[in-house]
Amino acid sequence: MVKFLIQRLATIVPTLFFVSILIFGLQQLLPGDPAMILAGEERDPTVIAHLHQKLHLDEPLPMRYLYWAQGVLKGDLGESVRIQKPVLDLVVEKLPVTLELALLAILIALVVGITAGIVSAVARDTVWDYAANVLALWGLSTPNFWLGIMLILLFSVTLGWLPASGYVSPLVDLRANLAAMIMPAFVLGNAIAAVLMRHTRSAMLQVLGTDYVRTARAKGLEERVVVLKHALRNALTPVITLGALEFGTLLSGAVLTEQVFTIPGFGKLIVDAVFNRDYAVVQGVVLCTATAYITLNLLADLAYFLVNPRLRDSQA
Amino acid sequence: MARIWTRGALPVAALLLTTTLAAAQTLRIGLADDPDVLDPTLARTFVGRIVFAALCDKLFDIDEKLAIVPQLATGYEWSADHKALTIKLRRGVTFQDGEKFDAAAVKFNIERHKNMAGSNRRGELAPVTNVDIIDESTVRLDLAAPFAPLLAQLADRAGMMVSPKAAQAEGDKFGSHPVCSGPFRFVERIAQDRIVLERYPGYWNKGEIHFDRIVYLPIVDATVRLENLKSGQLDFIERVGTSDIAALKSDNRFKISRITEIGYQGITINVGHGDRAQASPLGRDPRVREAFELALDRDAIVQVAMDGEADVGNQWVAPTNAFYAANVPVPKRDVAKAKALLQAAGVPHPAFTLMTATASDAQKIAQVVQSMVKEAGFDVKIQSTEFATSLDMADKGDFEAYVLAWSGRADPDGNIFSFDACKQPLNYAGYCNKAVDDLLNRSRTALDPAERKRIYGEIAAIVLKDRPIVYLFHRHWLWAYTNKLSGLRTVPDGLVRVQGLKMN
Repeated sequence: MVKFLIQRLATIVPTLFFVSILIFGLQQLLPGDPAMILAGEERDPTVIAHLHQKLHLDEPLPMRYLYWAQGVLKGDLGESVRIQKPVLDLVVEKLPVTLELALLAILIALVVGITAGIVSAVARDTVWDYAANVLALWGLSTPNFWLGIMLILLFSVTLGWLPASGYVSPLVDLRANLAAMIMPAFVLGNAIAAVLMRHTRSAMLQVLGTDYVRTARAKGLEERVVVLKHALRNALTPVITLGALEFGTLLSGAVLTEQVFTIPGFGKLIVDAVFNRDYAVVQGVVLCTATAYITLNLLADLAYFLVNPRLRDSQA
Repeated sequence: MARIWTRGALPVAALLLTTTLAAAQTLRIGLADDPDVLDPTLARTFVGRIVFAALCDKLFDIDEKLAIVPQLATGYEWSADHKALTIKLRRGVTFQDGEKFDAAAVKFNIERHKNMAGSNRRGELAPVTNVDIIDESTVRLDLAAPFAPLLAQLADRAGMMVSPKAAQAEGDKFGSHPVCSGPFRFVERIAQDRIVLERYPGYWNKGEIHFDRIVYLPIVDATVRLENLKSGQLDFIERVGTSDIAALKSDNRFKISRITEIGYQGITINVGHGDRAQASPLGRDPRVREAFELALDRDAIVQVAMDGEADVGNQWVAPTNAFYAANVPVPKRDVAKAKALLQAAGVPHPAFTLMTATASDAQKIAQVVQSMVKEAGFDVKIQSTEFATSLDMADKGDFEAYVLAWSGRADPDGNIFSFDACKQPLNYAGYCNKAVDDLLNRSRTALDPAERKRIYGEIAAIVLKDRPIVYLFHRHWLWAYTNKLSGLRTVPDGLVRVQGLKMN
C-alpha cells in the first residue's frame, strides 16, 4: 500500500511539471500583446512599458516561466493585473460556486435521467418510452444558452418565481441560494440527464432480459421489487461510472451557463481572463484545475486499490 | 478669465430631513462589463467610470451640453499667459474616511496621477509641471504650455480626488479599497458578480442623494441584462441592445433614455503604417478613399446595423457638438462619382480587407459596408478577428482597413489628437501631416472657444480629405429603467450621475 502510494505520488511531480510548462507555453501562443489590452483605451506608451516590466514581458520565455514557477512553489499564483487581486483569492472565491453548481446539476441529471431511463425500459415501446426518448433527444439538442434565456423568461419575467440571475452564498441564505441556482443547475444538468437516460434505458433493457430477473419474476416477486431492487442495482454500475465522468465535463460546461445566469464561478473567471489577457489568472486557474484532476485520479486509483483484492495482491 | 460658482453649494435643510426620513433604498444597476481596478489613477475602462460617478467626485464635471461645471472646485482662473490655472476649492468637504479635502489633497492627487507607476493619467496631465498650494482652499497648476483640454481632463478621472491617507496606506492596492469624496463609499466587490457602495453620510451635497446603497451588477449579455430588468432584479440597465428598444417602448413599466455619445464609430484606413499601407489601393490613393466614402450611405448603415439608434456623422465629434466643423458636412452617397474616381485612379475594382473585431455591431457594420461599396466596384473581404488580436494587428500596421470605435472624451482634443497627430499611440492609420500637427498643437493652446472652433475647421478641411479615418456615426447610449426612477440626467459621456436620482 505504502509502496503503491509512493509510486503514484512520484508520478504526480513530473506530471504537474509538464502540465505547468504546457499551461505557460500554450498561453504564449495567444496572439496579441497583453500589455496592449491591459493598458486600456488610451494605450499610453509609458503604461505599456510599465506593464512589460511588471509582467516580465520583455524577458525570454524560460525566464518568465521561472519567475512564475518560483512564485507557485511559494504558494503565490500572482495577481490579476486587471482588478489587482491575488489569483489564489480569486480561486478560493470562485471554486466553491462552480462546485456547487456542478453538484446540483449532476444531482438533477441523476434523478431525471435515471427515472426516465427506468420508465422508458420498463414501458418499452409504449407512449411513455417514446415520450422519454423525445425528452432525451430534446435535452441533447437544446443549446444551454437558449434554454437559459427561455427559463428566465418563464420563471423570472412571466411568473416572477425565481431570480433571473445573481448568486447568494448558501452560508448567507440557503433558500435564496437554491432559488438562484435551480435554473442554472437544471440547464447544466439537462444534457447530462439525456445521456444518463439513454444509458440507463439500454442497461435496464439488457438486465431485464437476463435469467436472474426471469427467475425473480418466476418466484412471484412484485414487478416493482424486480425492477428497483434486482434489475436497477446491476444496471446502475455503468451509469454511475458515466455520471462520475460527466462531472468533469460539467466544470467546463459551466462556462456558458455561468455567463447566462451571471453566476460568478470558475468558468466566467477564466473566460474573462482569456479575453482580457490577464495571464496570471489564466495560469493560476488552469493550474488549480489540473491539480484537482490529478488529485482526483490519484484518489480513484487508491479506491480501486482498496476495493480490488487482485490489484492489492499484485502490488504487495 | 474667471469663473466662480455658488449654485448648489448650500444644502437645503428640508431635503436633508426628507432624506433622513426616507426608507432604506437600494439602486441596482446592470452594467455591460465588469469594471477594472477601482483606482482613478490606474483605471482604464469606460464601465469603471460609471462606478466612479458614485464613488469619486472630481474637481469639475460636465453637463448635458458638455459645459464644464463645478464639483469639488468652485471656480477657476487662467493666468494672463494661460500657463497657470488657479482653482478655488469647495470648503467643508471630507473624504469617506473623514479626512479633510483641501489644497494639499489636490496637490497629492495630481502628483499621484503624474508619478505613480502605471498611471493612465500621466498623459492627460503631461503639461502640468507643478502644483502650488496658495492657501487651504486654493491651488495653482503650472503648465509647460497653455493646454485648453485641461479642464475637461479634470472633469474626468484625472480630476478625481482620493483620500491621501488611504492612498498612502494602501499603495498600489488602493483599488481594492478605494476611498474618495463621492456620495457613496466602497463596501465590497466580488469580481464579476457585484460592486456594493453605501451612502456616505458626510457627503458635502448629501441633500441630493436619495439612495442608501447602490449595487452594480456586471451582466455581459444584453438580453440577459434586459430580462433581469423585466423581472425586477434590476432597476436600471445601461447599453440596451438596439433590437430590444421597440419591445421596451410598448412596455409602460419602463422608461428609455437615449444620449448621443461623445465618441464615434469609424473605419480606420492604413495610409502610412508599414508595408500594407502601400500594398492596398485604398491606403495608396486618396481618390480611392474618397470613392469609398462616396459609396457609403450612412443613413442606411445606421438603420441596418444599429436599428436606427445612432446619429450619422463624418467627424470626430457629432454634428450637434459645438466644435463640429460645419465647413465639411456629411457627404451624400454618390455611386456614379465614386465609380468615376476609381476610373481616374486606374483601379475600377479595388480590393481590400476590412478587419473587424468579433463583436456583433462591428461585424454588422462591416457586412453592410461590404455590400454597399460593392455597387461602386469595391471588392471587400471581411476579416473577423478576436478584439485583442485585432488591436495587436492594428498596432503593427498589419491591416488595410479596420472597423474601430472610440468611446470619446468631453474635449474634442481627446477624439483627434492621439489618432491624427504624427506617431501618437492611437494613430493606427500611420497618418502624419505636418500642417495638421501644427494645427492640432495650436488647438491645444487656444483657450478661446471661437478660435479653437476655427482651428478645428481648418483641421477638418485637411484630415477629412486625407481620410485616415472614415467616420460613420455616433451611437446612442441606451438606458432602460423602471418608471419609478426619476431625476436621471442624460450627460453625453454616458455616465450615471447619482445626484438627484430617486425612486418614487
